[in-house]
Amino acid sequence: MTRYGMVIDITRCNGCYNCFIACRDEYCGNDYPTYSAAQPDKGSFWIKIIEKERGKYPHPVGVAYTPILCQHCDEANCVKAAKNGEIYRREDGIVIIDPEKSKGKKELMSACPYRVIYWNDEKNIPQKCTFCAHLLDAGWKEPRCVEACPTAALKFGDLDDPNSEVAKLVAEGKVEILHPEYNMKEKVSYIGLPKRFIAGTVVFGDTDECADKVTVTISDGQEKETLKTNNYGDFELDGLPSNKEYTVRISYTGYKPQTFKVFTRDDVCMGDIFLTRK
Amino acid sequence: MSEKVFINCTGGGPIRVHVKNGKITRVRPLVFDENDAPPWTIEAGGQKFTPPRKACVASFALTEKERVYSKDRILYPLKRVDFDQNGERHPENRGKSGYERISWDEAINIVSGEMKRIRSAYGPEAIVSRGSSHHNWGNVGYRSSTWARFFNLIGFTDILDNPDSWEGWHWGAPHAYGFFWRLGNPEQYDLLEDALKNTEMVIYWSNDPDSTHGIYGGNESALWRIWMRDLGIKQVFLDPYCNYTAAIHSEKWIAYRPGTETALAMAIAYVWLTEDTYDKQYIETHSLGFDEFKSYILGKEDGVAKTPEWAAEICDVPARNIIALAREWASKRTMLSSGTKGGEGGACRQAYATEWARMMVFLAAMQGMGKPGSNIWGTTLGPPFNATLDFPGYAQGGINRLAKKPAVNPVKQRIYRLLLPEAILNPPIKWMGDGFCGNSIEQQFNKYVYPLPGCSEVKMFYRYGGAFIATMTETNRWVRMYQSPKLEFVVNQDCWWCTETKFADIILPACTNLERNDISEWASAGGYSVHGAGACNHRVIVYQQKCVEPVGESKSDYQIFCELAERLGVKEEFTEGNTEEDWIKIMFDSSDLPKYISFEEFKKKGYYIVPQLENYKPTPSLRWFYEGRECDTPDLGNAKRNTEKGKELGTYSGKLEFVSQSLLKHTPDDDERPPLVHYIPSWEGHQSDLAKKYPLQLISPHPRYSFHTQHDSHVPWLSDIPGHRIWKDGYDYQVVRIHPTDAATRGIQNNDIVKLYNDRGAVLLIAQISERIRPGVVHSCEGSAKYDPLEPGKAGSIDRGGCINVLTPSRMLSKNVPGMAPNSCLVEVSKWEV
Repeated sequence: MTRYGMVIDITRCNGCYNCFIACRDEYCGNDYPTYSAAQPDKGSFWIKIIEKERGKYPHPVGVAYTPILCQHCDEANCVKAAKNGEIYRREDGIVIIDPEKSKGKKELMSACPYRVIYWNDEKNIPQKCTFCAHLLDAGWKEPRCVEACPTAALKFGDLDDPNSEVAKLVAEGKVEILHPEYNMKEKVSYIGLPKRFIAGTVVFGDTDECADKVTVTISDGQEKETLKTNNYGDFELDGLPSNKEYTVRISYTGYKPQTFKVFTRDDVCMGDIFLTRK
Repeated sequence: MSEKVFINCTGGGPIRVHVKNGKITRVRPLVFDENDAPPWTIEAGGQKFTPPRKACVASFALTEKERVYSKDRILYPLKRVDFDQNGERHPENRGKSGYERISWDEAINIVSGEMKRIRSAYGPEAIVSRGSSHHNWGNVGYRSSTWARFFNLIGFTDILDNPDSWEGWHWGAPHAYGFFWRLGNPEQYDLLEDALKNTEMVIYWSNDPDSTHGIYGGNESALWRIWMRDLGIKQVFLDPYCNYTAAIHSEKWIAYRPGTETALAMAIAYVWLTEDTYDKQYIETHSLGFDEFKSYILGKEDGVAKTPEWAAEICDVPARNIIALAREWASKRTMLSSGTKGGEGGACRQAYATEWARMMVFLAAMQGMGKPGSNIWGTTLGPPFNATLDFPGYAQGGINRLAKKPAVNPVKQRIYRLLLPEAILNPPIKWMGDGFCGNSIEQQFNKYVYPLPGCSEVKMFYRYGGAFIATMTETNRWVRMYQSPKLEFVVNQDCWWCTETKFADIILPACTNLERNDISEWASAGGYSVHGAGACNHRVIVYQQKCVEPVGESKSDYQIFCELAERLGVKEEFTEGNTEEDWIKIMFDSSDLPKYISFEEFKKKGYYIVPQLENYKPTPSLRWFYEGRECDTPDLGNAKRNTEKGKELGTYSGKLEFVSQSLLKHTPDDDERPPLVHYIPSWEGHQSDLAKKYPLQLISPHPRYSFHTQHDSHVPWLSDIPGHRIWKDGYDYQVVRIHPTDAATRGIQNNDIVKLYNDRGAVLLIAQISERIRPGVVHSCEGSAKYDPLEPGKAGSIDRGGCINVLTPSRMLSKNVPGMAPNSCLVEVSKWEV
């Protein structure tokens, strides 16, 4: 049976917002009876891009763009909260808010811990992404956001079809759920969700040169990662969990080793670390 | 009524437009079908790279529905309420007064009547007119075509455009490597394949290709940079701002102070010279004047060696980083990506930017520019490209070129765009240089004076499409100009209310290119940017199908000019009996397209994908020069191609000129663009006296989510993109980015409304506190579609629309270089409290 889902590869997203604009284009001014009423021109983000700025000047800085839309959960809180069928799951797994039945039901917004349900003041209804169900039913292969994505960061397909790209990515274990702790069997999963990094720049203090090939060990007490600085003296270890303490040891022959304790509340930018001669 | 689907094209790519009951319901990127020509594949690093079977358009291309029905559309002909062509004109109220609706008949009567009056009283030169770039798309109905034919026919004072996006390259680089026929940009053929196969590192220097996408290429090349990452090609960014491309690709970000790029570049050259890590043989055989250059870098001319330590002080980048970068560059096959088409970038829009552009050429040259994997490449052009099918770009003369009798402007008088306010307010004015100098290097030295002896000053301004306010520098000059009684009459013909529409006496509503038929090729301007369609993975030639009836009472530009031509008694000459549809067919027939597809089929389907050549043989740019062969690229503008000078560059000597022979000949004593490249501290930079009063440097790049003034606030959807505008206290404020330390010392918090100001004016913006901007620099994009002064019509009023050019200086790059320098701009910022 068809079970629609999406895989979002954050490592390929350049923040172009084509998905967001395509969504506005599809739904602003357009009613699709039984599927959705028109989206307001402003203030609703059926696909919203969370921009997380990472790092600190001068090094390293970047942005992770995480598009968030309805996760079309198989065990959706919103469906459970909608006692009178205002929100339902179709046979193909798409979760729909009935634009008629949901009138005035503002409380349904807070049933979703992902906060992807938006209130339409004018129409007095809660609204969200439908995976463009009206288009899929008309024979389209993918929703508007996926069609408009220039880098294939958004991938859409049938999770029950083992040959679909999304099913393969899920089967290969390359994906993760944004909030697995919600236990809602989400059908949107992600590749490359931003975690925490520890980064710094090592300088030979005596010569003021970038310290290339310096050994950096990063340890959480049990496991240890060893890396080398690059030609700018930079090192970076990404993909670490948040709120964890690490010991960073920096050593190079002929120089005094240095040890730091860091905590991954946020990405850790250690700045310039000057090594001194033994 | 059932749904109909039309094909059209925009400045951000081709689109499929769905229409129901005469209204646009959706706008999709063009997705190709199985009958369209197959794509290319590049094999590199054991992988195969093939582009998707669709147009990867810009986000703003998908806003066309909202843009067509924008609240900013001009729906009817309008007359300023206190303008009376037979009585009081009240020019002082331009920008202040409201408008009343008038009929088309009355509007055309007034405009044609004023044109007749002014022409007979002062001569045709008393009318000045110009359009702006990019407000529409199409080869027939757009400015280089219909507008140009009309005004050339009746005669007018034309405005010479400055090359606003690539000033330093235009005025500097041709003196180093030629390519004047590309207005200073290098050829870019087949550099994608070359990079994927041979390049080890790309250095983006003041370049944000994900935002500027080869001008019209939308998101087509975004994938190329992902491919490079997947192949392990290192991507390094030099920019005061961790720009949008850097934000996802940067493996190293080096953030120098604006205005110090030339010093940084010279320090890199110093490392190569002293460590002997440049291509000596290439320099010997391919260049001229290297010894003088070497002497200057080593400090023998002025006693100042251009060492990394010297540059570190100026640029605020540690010397060790400059050394590490220089060494890595010398050790790796490197693409220097110094602007979206190779040569652009914010660094070229500031004081003495000719020197930076020339240094970019010289650094590339020192590493053997043209050898496999080593070149100047913007990363937005140069996929496999079938150049054998000829189809005109929009800037190639349009209908006027195809007319039986092309119209030639009889008026010799010109005004330089950046000097238009001064020309009106304080004539006479003088300048040197033709604006776009694409026919010869000598054009840069042509001397102009306005008014031309024997010519009248201009009395009427016919403004067509788009805006100079918010794209050109020092806005308040333009406000004063518009309010001058010397401009007896001002017309504005546009689709939208833009930044300067409300300075007109009569406003004529034009329809967009979704409301009429036209013909074009995606991303193709032609002429000076020949084969610009190489910004796209496929060549897409479009029959732009009219999707809906013109909104309100708007009319096509061709129709409007036909009506004016009729009143002026030149309709037959203007049209030669042709309708717009006739011109489209004439344009089609003038191209190679009939060899591939019939007009009927083309018109019905709406587009044609140019097939790739079988057995395609890449001819990478400048490989011929590197190897000492004759030019083998299809670079049509290169006049030495296929001649006995075919092995030469377009410089006077045919070589790379470290000492420019053209500058030596024409301006040998110019110490601000000297024959030998020099580092000259900015006239408005961090070391200026003015920095004591205004300690922050403002950079105002092209916007990521709009095309100059052409989308932005016309399209409220874009205002919901938090990097573009942010809604606060009932208003969409444009974003200004400030480093946390600069914000903290001024008590500014994220999302505070702030006043950015200097002696030239003040703009209200919303603060986004960001680590992406280096300390001492603030960042806010040019191109606001809104100029919204708190006191309308008052020069010097605080603007809250986001018109950042209120702040930028009107001073030119240097004394003989008439380019604009908005990125040489000192400001202060404070929290705004109403």
